[in-house]
Amino acid sequence: MHKYILRRLLMMVPVLIGVTFVIFTLTYITEGDPARMLAGIQAPEEQVEQLREQLGLNDPFAVQYFRYITNVARLDFGTSFATGRPVFDEIISRFPTTMHLTAMSIIIAVLIGVPLGILSATKQYSVFDGAATFVGLMGISIPNFWLSLMLILLFGVQLGWLPTSGFDTPSQWILPSFSIGISSAAIIMRMTRSSMLEVLRQDYIRTAKAKGQKGSVIIFRHALKNALIPVITIVGLEIGVLLGGAILTENIFSIAGIGRFMVDAIARRDYPVIQGGVLLLALTFSLVNLIVDVIYAYVDPRIRSQYK
Amino acid sequence: MSDILLKIEDLTVHYITDDGTVHAVNDLNLSLNKGETLGLVGETGAGKTTTALSIMGLVPNPPGKVINGEVEFEGEKLFEKSEAELRQVRGNKISMIFQDPMTSLNPIMTVRDQIAEVVLLHENLTAKEAKEKADEMLLKVGIRADRAKEFPHQFSGGMRQRVVIAIALACNPVLLIADEPTTALDVTIQAQVLELMKELKKEFNTAMVMITHDLGIVAEICDNVAIMYAGSVVEQAGKEELFTNPKHPYTIGLFNSIPDIDSDDSVLKPIKGLMPDPTNLPTGCPFHPRCDLAMPQCSEILPKRTEISENHYVKCLLFDGGG
Repeated sequence: MHKYILRRLLMMVPVLIGVTFVIFTLTYITEGDPARMLAGIQAPEEQVEQLREQLGLNDPFAVQYFRYITNVARLDFGTSFATGRPVFDEIISRFPTTMHLTAMSIIIAVLIGVPLGILSATKQYSVFDGAATFVGLMGISIPNFWLSLMLILLFGVQLGWLPTSGFDTPSQWILPSFSIGISSAAIIMRMTRSSMLEVLRQDYIRTAKAKGQKGSVIIFRHALKNALIPVITIVGLEIGVLLGGAILTENIFSIAGIGRFMVDAIARRDYPVIQGGVLLLALTFSLVNLIVDVIYAYVDPRIRSQYK
Repeated sequence: MSDILLKIEDLTVHYITDDGTVHAVNDLNLSLNKGETLGLVGETGAGKTTTALSIMGLVPNPPGKVINGEVEFEGEKLFEKSEAELRQVRGNKISMIFQDPMTSLNPIMTVRDQIAEVVLLHENLTAKEAKEKADEMLLKVGIRADRAKEFPHQFSGGMRQRVVIAIALACNPVLLIADEPTTALDVTIQAQVLELMKELKKEFNTAMVMITHDLGIVAEICDNVAIMYAGSVVEQAGKEELFTNPKHPYTIGLFNSIPDIDSDDSVLKPIKGLMPDPTNLPTGCPFHPRCDLAMPQCSEILPKRTEISENHYVKCLLFDGGG
């Protein structure tokens, strides 16, 4: 198992190099001149040109890229064009907030999705199942930026129960976490339901009944553990989606996380910040995937035996 | 003279589906004495498994429903028992071996835990003692105790069926229902598993219902045989009697369709026609459209179960006093 984890960590290196290449190329070919943005619209051309030279923007693509990845290898992500501070420090100071938001929303998604999925499956075709399926479909269909706005209108403006911006106190956590978490909850619920339904039809469930085992024990000990295997995969993928969702939601709720910082950076053509941010999100997502695979092996002995 | 362990009377089970009602078991009568082995023989779809699940109280509902009838076990009517009381019977007094060992074990539990689970449910033992008992059972079915911590996917089909047998026999049941226990296994493993079951049955003095479509298996291990057709037992007798003196035209047809190694026939002699559609059974005797000896009244009158000689029952108008 340790060998497997080590191998997976090493495999992340080429993945991340690929990611740097893609982001670097994309920012390189994107319209817009960071030097001009930095100097201001009224600045004379020679001043802008001097800035370009200073930032290395006049060098050929290959030279710029090589300089970038060798710096990244030393954890030097450059300095923000806008603030003049090291990108690494800027991102690291905002990272915990984004992770906190993502973690809150995935916890909400799992706590809502898994129990509702189990209930739906064990009471298939009941009124509850129908209602849960309908609400689930709505949860998936509603875009979360719209849901955020509606939640702000209802709970923030109309009812005045919850604050609509910031992320420092628990009452500020609720709206943003729910805004992102709800659609994942719906997806997790549907996955849990269909996976449970499939497992409940398996022969080993009948074997457990033939042993004289109680229904509730059969559902939790025999069915749920087997049914969770595909659900774990979905949760892993959803964490990626939620990280992405956090970027939008942070803007709507004025939360000082990486997302808002990056959106500002994109508007200012602050290349080092965009590159550093995307790279960090890619790294986070790769690590989450690795964790999911390890959990997978922990739950399913068939997979564990392949990892040796 | 010998005491009756299991008695099924007029059992009728339907599966109610959108495409119609499947008449899986119809007016089935069956009895079994203590320590005896009964072969329940029939084609695929004859209702053998449904009969077995009815005894366990495990007919999937919905869509399955017991419409009529009684299952009496040790003098107690099983259908009158509560779910909690039935759980005391399942896995303890009556246990079941399923057809496909590849799917009937939980893939993410060790085989030891799966055996220990049934022991813990029915015997007053600590978790540690239950595990010891599980290892003991594994040894009995020929699996080394050091493999107890392994998972089902690490075992072959024959080994998994041994584990299923260990689970079924762990609480020393009075009745063991084996639902085609060897169908999914290859022939050499079949022989081993059957041999094992025979030995264990003797050791534990367990009565057994052996569900099969293989008359060879019946000849090898059964005392009595019940032949099923379209959800009903058409003939029941002692093994010797049934093999030497079959009466029901369907039973005779079954024996005729077994290829004879000594004869030069190049063509098999199957029973003409197909099993009737269980959602739309023929009126009267369900076998009459395929029967060579059918009489006009066979399509109108459902024959009654008639005892033609001691312990030999036939359900056919040819032998029905009223017919």
